[in-house]
Amino acid sequence: MRLIRLWPENSHFDFMRFRRFSFPLSAVISILTAVMLLSGGLHFGIDFQGGTLMEIQARSGQADVGQIRQTAQGFGFGDVEVQEFGSAGEVSLRFPIQEGGEAAQAAVVQKARDTFSAEYDFRRVETVGPRVSGELVQSGTIGVVLSVIAVLFYLWFRFERELAMASIIGTLHDIVLTIGFFVITGHEFNMTSIAAILTIVGYSLNETVVVFDRTRELMRRYKTMPAEELLNLSINHTMSRTIMTAMTTALSLLALVLFGGQAIQGFAQVMLYGVVICTYSAIFISSPMLIYIGLRGSEAVKVPEGRAAAAE
Amino acid sequence: MLRFSKSKIIATMAVILIGLLLAVPSMMSREQREGYLNAIPSWVPSWLVPSRAIVLGLDLQGGSHVLLEVDNQDLLRGQITLLRDDVRRILRDTRVSSQNGIQTIQRGVQIRVPDAADRDRLLPRLRELSQPIGNAMLGQAGGNSIEINTSPDGVITMTYTEAGINERVRRAVDQSIEVIRRRVDSTGTTEPSIQRQGADRVLVQVPGLQDPQQLKALLGETGNLEFRLLAQQGATDVDMLPMEDAGGQRVPVERRVIAEGGDLTDAQPAFDTQTNQPIVNFRFNIRGAQRFGQATTENLGRQLAIVLDNRVISAPTIQSPITGGSGQISGSFTVEQVNNLAVLLRSGALPAKLTIVEERTVGPGLGRDSIEAGKMATYVAAVFVVIFMFATYGLFGLFANIALIVHVGLIFGLMSVLEATLTLPGIAGIVLTIGTAVDSNVLIYERIREEVRAGRSIVSGIQAGFDRAFATIVDSNSTMAIAAVILFFLGSGPVRGFAVVFILGILTTVLTAVTLTRMMIALWYHWMRPKALPF
Repeated sequence: MRLIRLWPENSHFDFMRFRRFSFPLSAVISILTAVMLLSGGLHFGIDFQGGTLMEIQARSGQADVGQIRQTAQGFGFGDVEVQEFGSAGEVSLRFPIQEGGEAAQAAVVQKARDTFSAEYDFRRVETVGPRVSGELVQSGTIGVVLSVIAVLFYLWFRFERELAMASIIGTLHDIVLTIGFFVITGHEFNMTSIAAILTIVGYSLNETVVVFDRTRELMRRYKTMPAEELLNLSINHTMSRTIMTAMTTALSLLALVLFGGQAIQGFAQVMLYGVVICTYSAIFISSPMLIYIGLRGSEAVKVPEGRAAAAE
Repeated sequence: MLRFSKSKIIATMAVILIGLLLAVPSMMSREQREGYLNAIPSWVPSWLVPSRAIVLGLDLQGGSHVLLEVDNQDLLRGQITLLRDDVRRILRDTRVSSQNGIQTIQRGVQIRVPDAADRDRLLPRLRELSQPIGNAMLGQAGGNSIEINTSPDGVITMTYTEAGINERVRRAVDQSIEVIRRRVDSTGTTEPSIQRQGADRVLVQVPGLQDPQQLKALLGETGNLEFRLLAQQGATDVDMLPMEDAGGQRVPVERRVIAEGGDLTDAQPAFDTQTNQPIVNFRFNIRGAQRFGQATTENLGRQLAIVLDNRVISAPTIQSPITGGSGQISGSFTVEQVNNLAVLLRSGALPAKLTIVEERTVGPGLGRDSIEAGKMATYVAAVFVVIFMFATYGLFGLFANIALIVHVGLIFGLMSVLEATLTLPGIAGIVLTIGTAVDSNVLIYERIREEVRAGRSIVSGIQAGFDRAFATIVDSNSTMAIAAVILFFLGSGPVRGFAVVFILGILTTVLTAVTLTRMMIALWYHWMRPKALPF
């Protein structure tokens, strides 16, 4: 049986050359993200903004979106987002957070149930009051910040300063581009999105670590090789693994996007995008960054002969 | 390294077998599980039989999640009222009078006693009101619940300390949990979960509940019942309370409480035999019966005020003394209202108002659809990855695939033992680990291939591959673990379910992708003595 090979053996592809394209590209997208983010950008879900979300399904299988919108708008609970999704007459309604604190939110659910429950099944009802949404914003932010700090500590223990710096740039790059995905596509940003970002942080680091482990090993073996060549060699050596892992992860996420159902689709799409971004950044951002940071800094050179030999 | 001792093989297999057996109950439906548990002979000790199944989150089985918060302001207001009553009592007992009565201030009360001798008599009694905070173990490090200050011109200020309020909130949450449990149980729902969350919150989760309207109605009321008298003209010590029959119009009600909810021993919904109106029948305990009997005897012809949470819900005229210790509350109630009222009275009053700060309800249909979609995605992902690994690594891919299936089985097994909750994001986590679990195998195989290509023999190439890839495997798994652990501590509910799956996945992958695969390859090598790698 002939087995598949996604990457040729003994490749000598010049990855570093592409930094001329990848650096400006990433810079443009990052700046674009920042600009869009500052001008109103993220479409927050009720987790972070508070409010009421309902998913209803017509018992007849046919929903009259126009009428639902008109009726819901008439409740006087502010602007209602009404959307048809999935199949078989499923409609989602989103009411903004109501003035008057925690207790005021309950009236929305009551009114909607009274009005629609004759013809529609309520498949999901979520109400988040102002206090809880405030706390979720806080814990979400803490989560992302904490993960970056944890990553910094990990890298500090694990790698020499230069490699650590390049990795953290890569990780930050991936966080920014993931947020960019939310800003540009208008995907709803909620607590699950935070989970996606943290997972992407883990994956991003994973990708960089695998390449840099090899870089470090090669640094000890080829003491005089120029940085550019050494980095190319590291990536070429690890490339078939990188592609395999990206493929298996992407395939399982693809299964989630296609079959996982509406509730999980958003998460799966972001993760799928994240896998692509992380793989790209490990090869085209973090690694070439080392050419500028300087691969052989003080500590890397100081590896004692004995230890270098033992690593062989 | 390629020699695996018999005992090591047995140990590995045993761990894996136990792990997989633990997952078995979760794979069965409830009926199948009961059937299988019944089929096991009774001489088998129960701890030997895996019986726990994974708990499905509310987003998968459907149900209602309601997060309630103790209203601190309401609680403090209640405490200040109590303090005011206590101070009034002490002033009366010691025959000291305050110059301008008892003033209610933001966090306590204030009185003015200019005479120093009076103050000396009064202060020791007032200090008794302030209780030490903290338990016996910690001593009295927490300070006192009330701070008492005296100014030179004789103003005595009593305020609740921060610690005093916190302590009170903590106790209120404990009491609320009891009351909530009684109320939720009375609705006949199955397996409700009621837990404290944080300092001042209670999380109520009721599986299978589709419309939490009644639950919310029950939990939204404090349930504080008082029997008082409607005030006569010219009375001074009155509260103006809204009267429900009169469309919320306020009526004067005497402050004095004849009897209260705590004096009731029972309350049942019923119908009035004459008017066929829904009513609540209640019975007093001895103290309540006595006081109620006395009050109704003394006040024949006057109107009683039955006050629930500061609303007059009924104001019957006292036609004859009620000395039998039982009575009824009638008014313009619906059957549902009467049922709820009876539950409220039986379960006792909440120490303070509860506010709903978050509600999430998932219908059973959506839960079922999510499970189906999750299963489908899991199978498809597994098939994708299994085919892909086999097509790339041949026999070694098959080893990796066996390890992968064991890996997913072990996650289920561990989740069953830990009674972890499987949520929809948790399912996403399982699908994602299917993709990432083989990463360890890929790292090892690619390394083996490199080593063999560099001129090593198969056996030493395999050995070097495992050894050298191991450091990277540990690295790549710890990077993922960083994110997962942070998520576990910060996330709640469904998101935490994702973190749990991910952490367990990282733990089991070391066993399956490294140890199990290595064992399979070692056995294969000893049986086949291959001359070349199969990939």
